[in-house]
Amino acid sequence: MTAASEPYVLNIGPQHPSTHGVFRVRVVMDGERIRDIDMIVGYLHRSMEKLAEERTYTQNIPFTDRADYLAAMSGNLGYCLAVEQLAGVEVPERASYLRVIFAELQRIASHAMANGQLVSDAGAWQTPLLYMWREREKILDLFEMTCGARLTTNYMRIGGVAFDPPPEFFPAASALLDELPARIAEYTELLVDNEIFLARTRNVGVISAADAINASLAGPMLRGSGVPWDLRKAEPYCGYDRFDFAVPVGRAGDAYDRFMVRMEEVRQSVGIVRQALDGLPPGAHKTDIPLALRPEPGEAYARVEGPRGELGFYLVSDGGPAPYRFHIRAPSLINLTLLREMAVGASLPDAIVALGSIDIVVGEIDR
Amino acid sequence: MSRFAAWQALRAMGPASFPIGVRARAVPRLRGLRVAGALAALVLVAVSIAIGVVVVSGVLDGRWYDLRDLGIAMAHLRGRLDERFDPAVSYVASALIGATGILGFVGLVLLVLVWVERRVLARMQIRRGPNRVGPFGLLQPVADAIKLIQKETIIPRGADRLMYYLPPLLVFIPLMLVMGALPWAPRMIYLDLNVGVLYVIAVSSLSTLAIFMAGWSSNNHYALLGAMRTIAMMISYEIPQSIALLPVVLITGSMSLGGIVEWQADHNLWLAPMLPLALFTFFFASTAELNRTPNDIAEAESEIIAGFHTEYSGMKFGLYYAVEMGNATAVAALVTTMFLGGWSAFGLEEWVPPYAIFAVKVSAVYFLFIWLRGTLPRFRLDQLMAFAWKYLIPLSILNTFVVAVESSIAARWEVAGVVSLGLITLFNLGFTIVAARAWTRALGYRPQRERLLRPRLTTAVGGLLAAQRLQREATPDSASGA
Amino acid sequence: MPRGPRQLDGREVAQRLRAAMPDAVAGATDEWVEVAAPRVAEVLRWLHDDPALDAAQLSSLCSVDRYDRFELVYHLQSLDQNHLIVVKAVLDREQPSLPSVYGVYRGALLQEREVYDLMGIHFEGHPDLRRLFLWEGFPGHPLRKNFLQIAGHHPGLPRFPFEEPGKQAR
Repeated sequence: MTAASEPYVLNIGPQHPSTHGVFRVRVVMDGERIRDIDMIVGYLHRSMEKLAEERTYTQNIPFTDRADYLAAMSGNLGYCLAVEQLAGVEVPERASYLRVIFAELQRIASHAMANGQLVSDAGAWQTPLLYMWREREKILDLFEMTCGARLTTNYMRIGGVAFDPPPEFFPAASALLDELPARIAEYTELLVDNEIFLARTRNVGVISAADAINASLAGPMLRGSGVPWDLRKAEPYCGYDRFDFAVPVGRAGDAYDRFMVRMEEVRQSVGIVRQALDGLPPGAHKTDIPLALRPEPGEAYARVEGPRGELGFYLVSDGGPAPYRFHIRAPSLINLTLLREMAVGASLPDAIVALGSIDIVVGEIDR
Repeated sequence: MSRFAAWQALRAMGPASFPIGVRARAVPRLRGLRVAGALAALVLVAVSIAIGVVVVSGVLDGRWYDLRDLGIAMAHLRGRLDERFDPAVSYVASALIGATGILGFVGLVLLVLVWVERRVLARMQIRRGPNRVGPFGLLQPVADAIKLIQKETIIPRGADRLMYYLPPLLVFIPLMLVMGALPWAPRMIYLDLNVGVLYVIAVSSLSTLAIFMAGWSSNNHYALLGAMRTIAMMISYEIPQSIALLPVVLITGSMSLGGIVEWQADHNLWLAPMLPLALFTFFFASTAELNRTPNDIAEAESEIIAGFHTEYSGMKFGLYYAVEMGNATAVAALVTTMFLGGWSAFGLEEWVPPYAIFAVKVSAVYFLFIWLRGTLPRFRLDQLMAFAWKYLIPLSILNTFVVAVESSIAARWEVAGVVSLGLITLFNLGFTIVAARAWTRALGYRPQRERLLRPRLTTAVGGLLAAQRLQREATPDSASGA
Repeated sequence: MPRGPRQLDGREVAQRLRAAMPDAVAGATDEWVEVAAPRVAEVLRWLHDDPALDAAQLSSLCSVDRYDRFELVYHLQSLDQNHLIVVKAVLDREQPSLPSVYGVYRGALLQEREVYDLMGIHFEGHPDLRRLFLWEGFPGHPLRKNFLQIAGHHPGLPRFPFEEPGKQAR
C-alpha cells in the first residue's frame, strides 16, 4: 500500500546544522521521501576569479587558501604549480618535499574533518567529530609552527615554500605520525563495527563507476565508486612518484565506501609524510623569482589531488603582472553534479548522509 | 532617515510588509502575574520547608524523626491532623507537601542534571564542558536559566498562538504525574496506586499530544516533520514498552510500583537478571520515547534541526529542554523501580536512607543515557520502526508467554524460592540469547563482516576499464561474503 | 609554450579529428585543438567514444573573454589512457551561444551553469540553464572584461604597485 500526500517544499539551509556552511538545497518532499532537489549556492560567492585578474600572481595565493578553507595547503600548491608551469619556474628539491609533507598533512586534517562530519550527520552527537578534530588540531599546530597560520596558511610560494620548518617541527611531526596509525585504526574499528553506522551509510548515495567518471566526480567520490584514479599516481607532480603509497578503491560507491576510502587515504598519507620527512634533502626551500613576475603570454592548467579531488587551476597570461584569467576547477562544486541522482527517491536522513559523504566546502563551491 | 524612523515607516505599512517574520511585541504584558506567580512559588517552598522542619524536629509529637524515613513522619503528621481537624485538611496538607517535594525535586534534579550531562558528555568528547560559572561550572544551569528567561519570546508568523503557547506547559504534566507515582522509600509514595504500572504507561503517552500541538502550531515544516516522527515513534514504541512490563507484573504479581519494589526487596533479587529481554526492550523503547540517542529521530539535529521545538525560543525552549531531562530521569526511575530493585539494596536500606539508594540507582541509569548519547549514531526512521515491529514486539510477546508459563509453574511447584527463581533466571538468560539470535537470523539479518568491507588498495591508476578489472578480481571474494 | 606533462599534442588530435569530421576542426597548436563552436558537442562525443583518444571525463570547462571573442576551453581527461586533451571553441561576442555538452558529459551540468552565470554564454540544449552563483536578474556577467565598464572600471592590473608608470620593473 502506498499513501500519497501533498508534496511540500522544505528549505534545507543556508542555515542548517548539516549543510556545512551556507549551502542551501530546496527540497520537494512527500512525507519523508524526497521528490525533487535543487541546490542554491552563491551565499559565499566572493568573485575570486574576477578579483584575481587585478592582483599579481603572488597576491593571488591567499585566494587559494580561502577557496577551500579546509585544505588551504592543497589550494596553495595547485595554484603555485600552475604559475610555475606558466612562468617556467624550477622548484628546488627540498621545496618539493616540503610541499608534499604539508599537502599530505592537510589531506589528513581535511579527511578527519570530512569523516567526522559524516558520522555527525549520521547522528553520532559530535563525539567522533571531536576525536578526529583532536588529530586535526595537532596538524594545525604543526602548520602554525611552520607558517604562523592554522587555517588560511598562505604557505606555498611561486618557486618553493615560504619558510623552512623550524627545528621543533620535526620531532613534533614524527610524534604525530607515530600515534596516527593507531588512532586511525581505532576510529575505523569503532565505527565500522557499529551496526547503526553501517546501516546508515551502506547503500546510501550509490554512484556507479561509469556515472562517476561521466559526471566528472573526483577524489574519494570517484575512488569510492571503484575507479582507481589518483592524480598523484597519474600525473606525479612534486615528485610523488618517489614515494611508495597505494590508492584505496571502494566497492559499491556508497557513503560507506567514501568514508572508508578517506580513512585509508589518511593511512597512506601518513606513510607518504614519513617517507618525505625521512628523505628530506638539504638545500634551499625556495628559488628566487622576479619580484615583478610577468609570465610569457600563454596558458597553463595544473591539477593536484586535493582532499576533495581534482583541484585544477587554469591560468591565462597576457604577459602582464596579473593573470588574464584565473579559473579554479572546484571539486566541491563538480562533485555535487550527481546530488539529484543521489537524493531523489531517498528519505531525508539518507540524503543528509549522502550530502555529508560528498564532503563539500562551501568556500570552494562558491569561490 | 534614522534607523528608528525607517522601522516606524515599515511598521506603518502594516504587518504584511514588515520584512522580518517576527511580531514586534509577541509577549503580552503579564509582568504582574509573573511576579505574583514567582512569589507564590517562593511562599509555597518556604511553607513546605517550615512544615518539614516542624514535622521532623518533633515539635508536634515530641518525637525526633529519622531522616531515613520521611514516610513515617508524613504518616504521623496525617494522624495528628486527623485528630484535630477535618480529614480534608490532612489530605490537602499532605498533598501539598508531596507536590512541593516533587516539584522541588524535579527542579533541583534538572539543575544538577544539566550540569552533569554537559560535563560527562564533554569528558566523553575530550572537551572540558562548562567550567566558568561558579565552582566547576556548577552554576552554569542557573546562568542558562536566567539567560533563557530574559530572552524575548519569538512567535513565528502564521503560528496558532494558543496552540503555540500551551505545549511547553502541557509537556510538564505527564512528567509530574509519572514522578508522583514513584516509590522513593517504603512509605514515600505520593500516589500509591494499585495499578501503578498501567497508570505510568497511560500517563507517559500524554506528552505526544503536547508535542504534536507544538509541531503543528509552529507553522514550520521541520517542526511538523519532528511531530510526525514523534507520533510514529510513540505509536510503535508504546507497544513494546507496555509489553515489556508484563513479565514484571507476572513475576511479582503486583501492578503497584511499590509492590514491585517490595517483592524485589523481599526476595533480595532484582528483576534485571531475571528478565533481561524485558529490561532491554523497556530501556530501548524508552530511549525512543524520550528522543534520546540512538533514537532521537524526532529531534535529529542533522536532519530536522530541533524537530518539534525548532521555533521555540527563550524559556519555552528551556522548558522543553528541562522536560526532556526530567522525562529521562523519570524513565531512569522507572527502570530502577521495575528492574533494579528500587529503593532496596540487599539490606543496605536499613542503614542508608532508601531514597538515597533510589537516587543513586537512578543516576546510574541516567549515566547510561548520557553514555549512549555520547557514543551512538542515529537510526533512520524506517529502521527504527522496523526494529520495533519486527524485533521488539514479537520477541517481547514471546518473552511474556515464556515468563507466564514459568511463573505458573513456579506457583504450583513446592520448592524453595531460591531454586525456582534461580532456575527462572538461568532459563531466561539462555532464552534471551537464543531467541534474539534465532529471530534475527530468521529475519535474514547477517552481521556485516569488516574484513570484506575495507577498500581495495591498488597502485595502478585507470578509468572504467581498470575499475571493471578490479571489480572482476574481487567478485569471488565478495560473493562468499555477501 | 607551457604544456602539462600528460597533455596530448593538439595537432595530433586535430589530425585524427580531421579524418573523422573534416570540417569540425578550426585550428590546432601543440597545446590545444580548436573546433567550430556549433559542432563542439559532436566533436566531444567523438572524442569520448574514440577508443584511442578515450576522453572519458570532462575535467574542466571554462571560458575566457578575449575582448573580441569568447573562448570556451574544455579539458578532457582520459583515465584509462591517462592523457589530457584540450579543446577550444571560439565564439562570437555578440550572441554567444553553442551546443551544450551535457549529453556527452554529465559533469558539464554545473560547469556550464557557472559559465552561463559569470560569462553569459548560452548553452543550447542544457537541461537546466539558470544562474548558479548570482541571482536571476543580476545585471550583467561579472567575468566579462567589460563588466562595470560604464562605471569607469578597467579590468586587469596595468602595472605592479611599486612600478613607475611606463617603466617596467624587473
